Amino acid sequence: MSARLSAIALNTFREAVRDRVLYNLVIFVLLLVASAPLFSEISIGMERLILVNVGLSAISLFGVIIAIFIGIGLVSKEIDKRTLYTILSRPVRRWEFIIGKYFGLMLTLVVNAGLMTVGFYIALFVTDHSVKRADGLMLVAIYFILLEFLMVTAITLLFSSFSTPIFSAIFAFALFAIGTFADDLRNFAGLAHGLTKWLSTAAAYAVPNFASLNVISRVAHDQHVAGTLVLYNSIYALLYSGAVAAAAVLIFERRNLK
Amino acid sequence: MRQHKKITAIATVLLIVFFTGSVFALRNVEASRGREATLEDVLYLPSSKTIKRLSLGYSGLLADIYWTRAVQYFGAKHIKHSQRYDLLYPLLDIATDLDPHIIVAYEYGSVFLSQQPPDGAGQPDQAVKLVEKGIRENPDYWRLYFTLGFVDYIDRQDPKSAREAFEKGSEIPGAQPWMKVMAARMAERSKDIHMAAALWQQLLETTTNKEMQKTARLHLASIQADHDINELERLVRMYEQRTGSVPKTWQDLERAGLLRGTPLAPYGEPYVLKNGSVEVQDATKYRYLGEWRYNEEQMY
Repeated sequence: MSARLSAIALNTFREAVRDRVLYNLVIFVLLLVASAPLFSEISIGMERLILVNVGLSAISLFGVIIAIFIGIGLVSKEIDKRTLYTILSRPVRRWEFIIGKYFGLMLTLVVNAGLMTVGFYIALFVTDHSVKRADGLMLVAIYFILLEFLMVTAITLLFSSFSTPIFSAIFAFALFAIGTFADDLRNFAGLAHGLTKWLSTAAAYAVPNFASLNVISRVAHDQHVAGTLVLYNSIYALLYSGAVAAAAVLIFERRNLK
Repeated sequence: MRQHKKITAIATVLLIVFFTGSVFALRNVEASRGREATLEDVLYLPSSKTIKRLSLGYSGLLADIYWTRAVQYFGAKHIKHSQRYDLLYPLLDIATDLDPHIIVAYEYGSVFLSQQPPDGAGQPDQAVKLVEKGIRENPDYWRLYFTLGFVDYIDRQDPKSAREAFEKGSEIPGAQPWMKVMAARMAERSKDIHMAAALWQQLLETTTNKEMQKTARLHLASIQADHDINELERLVRMYEQRTGSVPKTWQDLERAGLLRGTPLAPYGEPYVLKNGSVEVQDATKYRYLGEWRYNEEQMY
């Protein structure tokens, strides 16, 4: 089972790496991070702040774009090329295909984020000319960005398991946008009464909460991130992604591929 | 087939367990974040011009979002009995810049702004600024003049400006006749308890907002209690002049022919007579008690 999963995951990774769009995005992000010190030339005393905000936001945003644009084609591309039938005619189960694809895309995103992080730290060193203790805080923000990718990838995979690529992209972007405003939704639920409160609370728990995973502005000001938040965010992201991946498996298991 | 069913069952169980777990995990995340997880005191973009350009033509939708955000901001602060509402006016200003015809934002927003903390922002001047903007953008909507007169009279205690507002509003086609009455009463009197009661009564009758109705009822109860207490204390003084002693119970006043029965406060409980002065039993029910006492004394 693990051999089949890793084979699908590695193939997904290889396929993504061959994708030129992916390279373009990585180069773009690296250029953006490298140009951050230039942005700071036009402001006063905010070089580091601008670099951290631009760099980490770019890693997050471009990672999400990569996750969605590759994720939407994971299933449909295999159906269009008819390679899915070849894969499933072998001793590979449908759930192994879905989970293997999920791991493959996550591997791609982790490698990408890793490359971007290296570029980001080089830019940080160029700006500061030294390594500070607070620089380690950036890793917490990057870890949270990876948790964000974990959830976005699962969501994209869920939509791609039953919908067309274009609609999967629209749904995934919409859910990502809603998830970034999850705090507003929670506050609305807190202030509402009766049925509205019940419905808005249910919606607040059903949509992904990306707001709690965004600590970019906090680490940009060298503020500490609580250990409990790291722990609970990790548990939350794993469980939510697990639930969404299980839903994707459930749908794909019942899908008529004829 | 059996394998397929087994996988479906496992995936269903995992979906339920993981999702339930994620709900509990999210609760812990929120507890860890504490204050940070509440509505942030951040405007994001302070310039309505920038927001309008970024809206790609959907400025009406953004106005609705900003108005909703203003209501949520006010509600969240109000629940906590906050003394500061720093972002309230900027949020309302942006919402009305994005959609100048969003009448509710002027009407309710001005009341949110003008009420004294913790009931509101305690910024009557900003409230007037907001309503005046509403009048400029919606000159045919006479009710905004009523709102302006209301804020001018009740919160800014400026009956002259209130009279002007009511008068201008009464001249707009379709305006209710009582706008003229309001203008006339404003011209006659300043700082008048009856006028205040009439204004709150008008608001109670015209608004459909439950919070505003509640506020109006609170004011009306306090105004009524103020009026009653003034009247009862006048009777107590009359009793003292007649008998040379302070009445100990309401029956003393009854026996002197000054009163019929035990006087009841607006919520139905009897007034308390203590050492010659009159009080309500539970002052928390009459939050605005005393505001009009001095003004009415001027009238008598």
